[in-house]
Amino acid sequence: MALSGMRGLSVFISDIRNCQNKEQERLRVDKELGNVRTRFKNEKGLTPYEKKKYVWKMLYIYMLGYDVDFGHMEAVSLLSAPKYPEKQVGYIVTSCLLNENHDFLRIAINAVRNDIIGRNETFQCLALTLAGNIGGREFAESLAPDVQKLLISSSCRPLVRKKAALCLLRLYRKNPDVVNVDGWSDRMAQLLDERDMGVLTSSMSLLVSLVSNNHEAYWSCVPKCVKILERLARNQDVPQEYTYYGIPSPWLQVKTMRALQYFPTVEDPNTRRSLFEVLQRILMGTDVVKNVNKNNASHAVLFEALALVMHLDAEKEMMSQCVALLGKFIAVREPNIRYLGLENMTRMLMVAEVQDIIKRHQAQIITSLKDPDISIRRRALDLLYGMCDVSNAKDIVEELLQYLTTADFAMREELSLKAAILAEKFAPDLSWYVDVILQLIDKAGDFVSDDIWFRVVHFVTNNEDLQPYAALKAREYLDKPAIHETMVKVSAYLLGEYSHLLARRPGCSPKEIFNIIHEKLPTVSISTIAILLSTYAKILMHTQPPDRDLQSQIWAVFSKYESCIDAEIQQRAVEYHALSMKGAALMDILAEMPKFPERQSPLIKKAEDSEADTAEQSAIKLRAQQQNSNALVVTDQRPTNGAQPAGQLGLVKVPILSNADQSAAEIVSHANGALTVVDPQPPSTPSPDLLGDLLGPLAIEGPTGAAPASVASGLEGGVDADALAIAPIEEQANAVQPIGDIAERFHALCLKDSGVLYEDPYIQIGLKAEWGGHRGRVVLFLGNKITSPLNSVQALILPPSHLKMELSLVPETIPPRAQVQCPLEVMNLQPSRDIAVLDFSYKFGTQLVNVKLRLPAVLNKFLQPISVSAEEFFPQWRSLSGPPLKLQEVVRGVRPMPLAEMANLFNSLNLIVCPGLDPNPNNLVASTTFYSESTRAMLCLIRTETDPADRTQLRMTVASGDPTLTYELKEFVKEQLVNIPVPSRPPLAMPSHIQPTSPPPSAISDPGALLAGLL
Amino acid sequence: MIRFILLQNRQGKTRLAKYYISLEESEKHKVEYEVHRLVVNRDPKFTNFVEFRNHKVIYRRYAGLFFSLCVDITDNELAYLESIHLFVEILDHFFSNVCELDLVFNFHKVYLILDEFILAGELQETSKKAIIERMGELEKQE
Repeated sequence: MALSGMRGLSVFISDIRNCQNKEQERLRVDKELGNVRTRFKNEKGLTPYEKKKYVWKMLYIYMLGYDVDFGHMEAVSLLSAPKYPEKQVGYIVTSCLLNENHDFLRIAINAVRNDIIGRNETFQCLALTLAGNIGGREFAESLAPDVQKLLISSSCRPLVRKKAALCLLRLYRKNPDVVNVDGWSDRMAQLLDERDMGVLTSSMSLLVSLVSNNHEAYWSCVPKCVKILERLARNQDVPQEYTYYGIPSPWLQVKTMRALQYFPTVEDPNTRRSLFEVLQRILMGTDVVKNVNKNNASHAVLFEALALVMHLDAEKEMMSQCVALLGKFIAVREPNIRYLGLENMTRMLMVAEVQDIIKRHQAQIITSLKDPDISIRRRALDLLYGMCDVSNAKDIVEELLQYLTTADFAMREELSLKAAILAEKFAPDLSWYVDVILQLIDKAGDFVSDDIWFRVVHFVTNNEDLQPYAALKAREYLDKPAIHETMVKVSAYLLGEYSHLLARRPGCSPKEIFNIIHEKLPTVSISTIAILLSTYAKILMHTQPPDRDLQSQIWAVFSKYESCIDAEIQQRAVEYHALSMKGAALMDILAEMPKFPERQSPLIKKAEDSEADTAEQSAIKLRAQQQNSNALVVTDQRPTNGAQPAGQLGLVKVPILSNADQSAAEIVSHANGALTVVDPQPPSTPSPDLLGDLLGPLAIEGPTGAAPASVASGLEGGVDADALAIAPIEEQANAVQPIGDIAERFHALCLKDSGVLYEDPYIQIGLKAEWGGHRGRVVLFLGNKITSPLNSVQALILPPSHLKMELSLVPETIPPRAQVQCPLEVMNLQPSRDIAVLDFSYKFGTQLVNVKLRLPAVLNKFLQPISVSAEEFFPQWRSLSGPPLKLQEVVRGVRPMPLAEMANLFNSLNLIVCPGLDPNPNNLVASTTFYSESTRAMLCLIRTETDPADRTQLRMTVASGDPTLTYELKEFVKEQLVNIPVPSRPPLAMPSHIQPTSPPPSAISDPGALLAGLL
Repeated sequence: MIRFILLQNRQGKTRLAKYYISLEESEKHKVEYEVHRLVVNRDPKFTNFVEFRNHKVIYRRYAGLFFSLCVDITDNELAYLESIHLFVEILDHFFSNVCELDLVFNFHKVYLILDEFILAGELQETSKKAIIERMGELEKQE
């Protein structure tokens, strides 16, 4: 047990273990840290052995949970130790203590690279492991080619190659550009012929990652994957050591089937047949056995096979087999299998033909909703939620409501949200919907967010038939002894608006209504009191002829709150008091709330927002997107009345989705949306930054609980603003407002190679470019920010005559919250300052959005910095003696700037300033190489002579071997000097047809957007 | 993809923590605390899967030790569950009848074994024999 000779470490660990309490442990740790620190300080006296020992101690202390804020350098320095034992410590400790963002790690890149390209196999392994476990973008850029070489090398042992495969996978995740698809796809296919199972397992993981991003280049891998499956599952042709409880590597089987799920289909009939044979064998041949490990392993394979069968659109018979299997699983006692049965049945909902069979299991699923294990309950809830449609909504929702009273805390919020969404989506009639929500509030008021009762108000306001019913229900709940504050809010609101419709019923006279509501006032919070005051004002208004007694009662309440410490309450009290003295005029001012504009349910949106991030995009999601594009016709036929389609929650399948949309749309279409109220709610909560997501690290996200808080203020704002119904505001402008200044974004992109080109509330167009010589590759990232698809997407490039541009196919639909990459190849034929334009359009609902965006494929992108010495410069300068190769011009109206700033500007344009060439310190000399097809590489020289007394003018001389180039470059530089983008222009001017009273378009009020606009 | 692997005892002491994503120190402490709390009180009759933030934790208990893997929502649960068992078998083989103390005093060996088993959050080698042989090779070099 002793630690190979390192006694000091073992003693230390024993000491720690012998500590009686935390305090003793801390003392011992502090002592040791002090010791290690002093030893590290005079490093010279440290033998490699001691250094190793101390670094291990540090790691141990770190594992105990103490902060170790020194010694990182020592760990990193061991990476370059010549001997294995020290090196090994260095590698292990470094990869535990540091993460990819750590500065020390950057320093280590070289040492790691040396070990990778070195000849020592053990060192190669250490280095590959470190890069594979914690390497970041910089690692990706500097190591990928070497790692690729090792992976395909015929002289390396499998030991090194399997590590290289996974190391490359990590580097690829950090920066997908490091794997060149064209060059790599054949190699990838060859790797699948590998006989060594370790290399094959690792390579399969690499393949999954590659195809999850883009399967197109890897079609040739499909038959090979099928071969591997046959080899494993049918022929059992693997070395003994790779069988696990008699099953040929279940992990490789699972990975292989996962890889196949990223291909839309398997077309080749022979391959398809072989694949189905294997799948059939797995489906039918997996028995339940006693040994738990064997059972788990075989079912791991079985569940993956099920997923693949679903994905491949097998014949109905096979699908029915799958459902039958799943039906069996959801009834077994073994919890893991039952869990997976429920989970996969939820996925199975995607297959339209089997939905009805799944529905037959409803009763069984409901029993799992009451399982003691929360993991199972969650799956059951998801499944019920997914399988709910108009036919079974009443049953399922009532089941959920019933369960709500006994459900534990952890589930209640989710339950009530899901019940509310289902009630809204599938309500057979709206009175049922109102019933459900009121019950929800009654049973689980704490878990019913404001969104939910806002939504009730919204529906009731927009549906006259519903108003008396809702008011009556609200009145009934008020009779209950202790009701939740949310119930007070919604009842008070509804009765304020509609209690006059109940006037002749017993217990519903204005006075009775007022009394029963007013009873609740002492127990409620400020925000509810505000609503109650509005209700009182409305009751007064509806009481015609006025009831003097009631009037004085209510006025007394108003006067009391006129001195309330809360400004909102005070203001309401004062205003309502004054208004209600105006008699008949009150009628106009406190008129009934106008109808709400149609909008997407904030609930559904909230549910959609909780999406998981995964290393590989889920095959299911991909499939959903593929289906989406096939099902475009359906999408288009939908009544496009502005109701956004409801999206999916978790794994809800697409066919159901479109059903869901239909009925959601139907519900909303009852409300023939007279747009009289400004919708204060943002059309969608913009996702922080789609591009950032893509490029960012694969970090775990924080809890999703803090979903869009902004939504909560949505209707509340509406109530406040409109309670006084001052003046209905015109329909909001249709035009979609861009976020940020388009021109500024363009200018910024002229100087850098990645960033956002355009953004509005629905879409973000990011851009990433690489330039080399006269060619460039620009990738447009079209990111759908919202939870419904964007349709009729069109991107046309209008290239100027000097650029040859080819845009790859842009899909017509961008699925919800998805990002599409469209590469654009650019070739520069000749010098010109003309600018390419991207004519981009899409449809959001019925609204067509069209923007014309300048593309930053500008002249300076074809410049490459070159700095020249005096010996090179002057002969050139002299040989280009005058027009048209050398042109001079006095430029006026230059934006004044210090010389250093001008030098920076030049450098950022790739015109490299060569200091010291011009003896006059007020002059700048710069050089660059321009690339185009006609000119090839051509040296350009520029001299600007500035006048320190007048910074608004300068004399510029440009010289090159091509007259057009000289002229164009001169004009280009002139433009840059005269017209420099002002960094902080106000983000947007408001279109004039919006009335000044309207709140600013949400895009601008969003601080994130504001910030983006300023950047 | 495996996001992290934790080996914790019942009291919540971390015996091994390996992260394949980059997290800040404070976040790691939080994750370790939360995962321990999540799994320690679960009934043995429950599933071995439990949701954790936007991911799921696949865990298995061996005597007083919990082995937890945090994986993506879409990953194959049972495959990862059995990879835990395979890892335990490898440890058991290497230490011949592994116990918690072996892991405490030889924590550095455990890291070495893990690095032969999992890399970049993916399984690298599933042959017990290959890994044990490799460990033998490495010990010779020390």
